[in-house]
Amino acid sequence: MPHLRMTGRGLWITALIVPPLAFVAVFIVYPILSAFAYAFFDWQGLRRGEFVGFDNFFTVLFVEPYRSWTINAFSHNIMVFFALMVLQNGLGFILAYALWRELPGARFHRVAVFLPVVLSTIIVAYLFKLFLHPLFGVVNVSLKGIGLGWLAQPWLGQSDTALWSLIAAQSWHMVGFPTLVFLAGMQRIPGEILDAVRMETQSEWVKISRIVWPLVAPSATIVFTLLFVGAFNWFELPYIMAGLDGSPFGSTDVLGLYFYRTAFGNVSSGQQDFGLGSALAVLIFVFIALIAGIITVRLRAREIQL
Amino acid sequence: MSAAGTIDYDRRGLLGTLGRDGLLQIILIANTILMLAPIVIMVFSAFKTTPQIFQSPFGIPDFGQVANFAKIWTQTNFLRYLLNSFFVTGASMVLILTLGTMAAYAIGRYQFSGASFILMFFLAGLTLPLKLAIIPLFMLMRDLSILNNQLSLIFVYTAMGLPTTVFIMTGFIRTLPSELEDAARMDGASEARIMWSIMLPLVRPAMVIAGIQNVVPIWNDFFFPLVFIQNDDLKTLPQGLTTFMGEYTTDWGVLFSGLTLSAAPIVVLYIVLSRQFIAGMTSGAVK
Repeated sequence: MPHLRMTGRGLWITALIVPPLAFVAVFIVYPILSAFAYAFFDWQGLRRGEFVGFDNFFTVLFVEPYRSWTINAFSHNIMVFFALMVLQNGLGFILAYALWRELPGARFHRVAVFLPVVLSTIIVAYLFKLFLHPLFGVVNVSLKGIGLGWLAQPWLGQSDTALWSLIAAQSWHMVGFPTLVFLAGMQRIPGEILDAVRMETQSEWVKISRIVWPLVAPSATIVFTLLFVGAFNWFELPYIMAGLDGSPFGSTDVLGLYFYRTAFGNVSSGQQDFGLGSALAVLIFVFIALIAGIITVRLRAREIQL
Repeated sequence: MSAAGTIDYDRRGLLGTLGRDGLLQIILIANTILMLAPIVIMVFSAFKTTPQIFQSPFGIPDFGQVANFAKIWTQTNFLRYLLNSFFVTGASMVLILTLGTMAAYAIGRYQFSGASFILMFFLAGLTLPLKLAIIPLFMLMRDLSILNNQLSLIFVYTAMGLPTTVFIMTGFIRTLPSELEDAARMDGASEARIMWSIMLPLVRPAMVIAGIQNVVPIWNDFFFPLVFIQNDDLKTLPQGLTTFMGEYTTDWGVLFSGLTLSAAPIVVLYIVLSRQFIAGMTSGAVK
């Protein structure tokens, strides 16, 4: 009897656990492992050819024109990451600090700052594309309206402003996320610590740099890591605002677009190469995993247990 | 002497506080204007004709003028996209919450060998950027003959949603007291009955958090439909929007009302449930 009951229970647990496990195994683990395998083969369209070792990796890293494309896209991702670190996470910290004071209207401000976060990237991208239109967009119309017409320019149409325009749109979209993660971290700081600090110093700067910032370290770890992964996976916003080629002249090309173009082809050249695409995917993947791991470990060491 | 010093000190502190709070308040107000202005301009423009948008982009429109919306309703596939999004998101959410609760219940409520390994297996899926596996996923969907079929989206979204759901739900289910469960077991209730009638009603709050965390990215997703779906009648809203925006490029009134209509469902839901949205969407990042 006890033995039978154990088996019944074992079956019950198996029935509960197998279907969800199967989904994750088939649609996450298997594709990711396959991506590694794909990169070592030659591909003709959808047909897998022969094993070619590290050839695909060599091509995307060292053979022109792929080499320049890879470097170009990669350098843009690095730029995007550091720019968003300041505009999204830095501003997010300041906004969180302001919200934390519970000044009049704080509730409303909190709802407002998070509102863009729930919107689809596609909506945000089209909205800013319309706003940045050289002739009729509200940005240039406003600049002309307040006598700064000389600042009006084709934001998305020229190489030196296009990527920055995308970064600005991205910051508007997502600044609410780090803001509220930091705010949650600040709200967990015990009141006694803050009271003790108030006795010691009146300096706001000392309070922020010596107390608040170290104590929200766990929030910072997560926000930095997520931003890093997001910045190197960036695809939708540049796809809509700048197109698959990262126009103008590749000035907004990032790894996400480049990978997609290489794997699936684009309008101007229907050429698609799953081998080179997979090699790029594996390189991006390994890079993200490595750096995200280092960021997490280094920042974790900074965290203080209360 | 010391009393005067204290007063002076306090006054300086008070002025300092007022000055600092004033500055912070200004930052907050400026930021809120910056956050809301694009959305307000979008909604206003949705009720204007294209010439009106060009002439007075900030003017308050006549909200009775719904010609743009009528055009979308009658001349585009918009309603189809909207229904597709509801179907795909709804089906994925049912699967995620059902399967996620099953796994979390098994891991959180029973002790069996391999439980922690299985949890680790789910958690590994949390951090992997699945976009980079799009080539094998494309081939997999082709082999399963569900390319150009909404099942491909539902399956991928379900798999992507499970790790966070299992993570959130397992943590919650572990905290539930075992007295009720033990009592029911004494009375001879089956394990399935205990789960269904006693434990499940208690896990609803965690389901709401896990649900919101998943529903927003699924509703908003553009990448997987872009690769899997070609047939216009099967497109979801974000993907359909790209078709629509391409067709009406010069009719800005219609473009803005299309964006407004696409944003409306989730914005309205967010305004009603902002507390749950914020808790749900940051729950992965806030312990």
